[in-house]
Amino acid sequence: MQISLKVFRFNPEKDKRPHYDTFKLEAQPTDRVLDMLEDVKGFQDGTLSFRRSCAHGVCGSDAMRINGRNYLACKVLLRDLGAKKITVEPLMGLRVIKDLIVDMEPFFTHYRSVMPYLVNEDTPPAGERLQSPEERERFDDTTKCILCACCTTACPSFWANEQYVGPAAIVAAHRFIFDSRDQAAGERLRILNDQFGVYRCHTIFNCTVACPREIEITRAIGEVKQAIATGRLD
Amino acid sequence: MIKHQYEVIVVGAGGAGLMAALYASRTAQTAVLSKLYPTRSHTGAAQGGVGAALGNVEEDHPEWHTFDTVKGSDYLGDQDAIEFMCTEAVQAVYELEHMGLPFSRTPEGRIAQRPFGGHTNNVTGKPVPRACYAADRTGHMILQTLYQQCIKNHVEFFDEFQVVDLIISNGAAAGVVALQLSSGEFHIFHAKAVIFATGGHGRIWEITSNAYAYTGDGLAITLRRGIPAEDMEFFQFHPTGIYKLGILITEGVRGEGGILFNDTGERFMERYAPHVKDLASRDVISRAMYTEMKEGRGIGGQRYMYLDVRPETVNKYAALDGRKRPDGSQYQVTADEILSKLPDIADFCRVYLGVDPITQPMPVQPTAHYTMGGLPTNKFGEVVIDPQNTVMPGFYAAGEVACVSVHGANRLGTNSLLDLLVFGKHAGLRAAEFVKGASFQPLPADAPDFALQQFDRLLHNPGGERAAALSREMKSLMFDLVGIFRTAEGMEQALVKIRQLRQRFQNVTVDDNGKVFNTDLLNAWELGNLLDLAEVVTVCALNRTESRGGHARDDFPKRDDVNWLKHTLAWKTDSEIKLDYKPVILTKFMPKERVY
Repeated sequence: MQISLKVFRFNPEKDKRPHYDTFKLEAQPTDRVLDMLEDVKGFQDGTLSFRRSCAHGVCGSDAMRINGRNYLACKVLLRDLGAKKITVEPLMGLRVIKDLIVDMEPFFTHYRSVMPYLVNEDTPPAGERLQSPEERERFDDTTKCILCACCTTACPSFWANEQYVGPAAIVAAHRFIFDSRDQAAGERLRILNDQFGVYRCHTIFNCTVACPREIEITRAIGEVKQAIATGRLD
Repeated sequence: MIKHQYEVIVVGAGGAGLMAALYASRTAQTAVLSKLYPTRSHTGAAQGGVGAALGNVEEDHPEWHTFDTVKGSDYLGDQDAIEFMCTEAVQAVYELEHMGLPFSRTPEGRIAQRPFGGHTNNVTGKPVPRACYAADRTGHMILQTLYQQCIKNHVEFFDEFQVVDLIISNGAAAGVVALQLSSGEFHIFHAKAVIFATGGHGRIWEITSNAYAYTGDGLAITLRRGIPAEDMEFFQFHPTGIYKLGILITEGVRGEGGILFNDTGERFMERYAPHVKDLASRDVISRAMYTEMKEGRGIGGQRYMYLDVRPETVNKYAALDGRKRPDGSQYQVTADEILSKLPDIADFCRVYLGVDPITQPMPVQPTAHYTMGGLPTNKFGEVVIDPQNTVMPGFYAAGEVACVSVHGANRLGTNSLLDLLVFGKHAGLRAAEFVKGASFQPLPADAPDFALQQFDRLLHNPGGERAAALSREMKSLMFDLVGIFRTAEGMEQALVKIRQLRQRFQNVTVDDNGKVFNTDLLNAWELGNLLDLAEVVTVCALNRTESRGGHARDDFPKRDDVNWLKHTLAWKTDSEIKLDYKPVILTKFMPKERVY
């Protein structure tokens, strides 16, 4: 069927302000939005710029706003959108560099700020550290994060103030705070108890809706808030 | 031209690159250059597990893992390197756990393990659970954990820097030329040691599990610089890619008891691999599927088969096979167990196929998956450049770009993650040791020129050919003619066409003449890499007149140890591809017939 693909365009070397281009193309209901973007780039307009790599929802490169909602372009099919007119725009809240490419540095700076790595100062055993399936399950959901930024750039609190650490960073912190092998939960909770930390979350749930990995982000943030409030990790 | 100087430069930030960086940066001033943000690397797409004989679930030994890998390689793997890898495996996995990797766990709290194709108990011949896993996202967890450790250890990164050339001075690696994607500026990185961890080239083929970024850049660069490539005819087609899309469905599905069926509802692998059936080696299963389809038993006569992991199917065939749990009870699964062990697979099926694997079988077809060949290295990750294994000073390679060779003619599932851990680490250690006693080689005055010329030509070419169109033609002809089954006739035809495409590539025009994130230009350059490699693959495959592992020829259906128990080395010159050979290192296992 024929599809009309309206795409946000901005070339910093030529444009004073952004505009939209509309491309017509043939597509199948099972085509990914990424397939359509590739088709346009390959055969209509090579200047159209976007990031992508794995094309099946695990690398996190191609997060963008599609018909007003954050998705990975490789994980949303034409049939999922139920429309023949598709609008594709860059993520909100991060500076647009070119077309659909945004500056990811502020996002990764927030990620790095929450100590997103296991801290355990004990000498490890010769074999593995033991961890029960229940202990492992406790933080399973937040291990799924691929750092695509769909959540953080869907968050009105982040749009309002980019100093807010954002849902993705809290998810990263959660993954370690609730890992039975980790010893730095206290430090992470102190970091997130900051004025730009976890209390900027007003439980709007946009992040949870936006997550292509179906992580229950708002719930994870709630658990971190509770840990700060009670000083307990249960 | 912006210049930088580091003792060690790591190119690529997948599993191998990050391991190398973690180890090199302990003692040497190190920087990592990556065309993608590190967490976007293709290691993250690996699903089923990393092989190591921990014996957490059943008796297992590194010696068994070694033999299985040798056999899996169809005896083309170098046995000293394989033994080294399989012995190091146990420590490598524990080390990942200590770094924080969230492995799935056994009831006792140990790292969970599942069976995978070709991994066996060497006494009974039955599949053994050797794949250490984190649900069906083991590669994701490895990539995240290693990147997290890099952050903890303050490893320096240059993200979205595309390396476009290797600088060689006095016969040694002296640095790289890189294009900064955000600015379009070229940079020179002067180094004492360079480690290539640039991945494979699976984008040559139409149906592929490989990421867009997997364009063989590292290997194309080194071939242009006169460094040979090893065993390029060996490329793995994974049996279970999602029909038409090629997205990987892990072998772990069959490890958990999933079964392959043809159109008549027959479990056809029983005929091809009577002992381990659906857990035979990947090359064996991909060929069986192709044969079934050719004989009209694809589903509805189409080019796909069913992979069935519905609990009732799993339980029926587990009972027929006499599969037991470790405690001796009958192996039985529930829908919840399947979902908890294979959550991402269930998600892929729902998103891309509209199929729920708990209630419906999955349509699958073989998909281009893994580069067994690559930059020849020894087991320390040092690049070796001739049949005598002469080391090129300061140059290292690890992961999929490298050919140690531990995978020989066919890689076993779970051994790619293992390969990148073990050889990434040792390449990093070796490079760090090398730079202690080495000085910087002088930079040649014309260091950036060769790369600049390539990009300049692409930018100002009026020829009018579109890279995307050429790419489509290459992929389809390589899949049809230099794919799972090959013949001289087909490959000769392919070679003519690939050479025509390379000619037409000289006339490729890009639309984008800007500097900032010129992905149009980058994609065109990547296509040039793929075309170069497609030619080398085809020449090597045409030359090897036998069938071995992933290289299966209809016109030479048997393995020929008398003439072909040797590695191919290929050099690229301006006018031709020159071939030579080097012996396979045999230590404990003499080649015998390979049956599963």
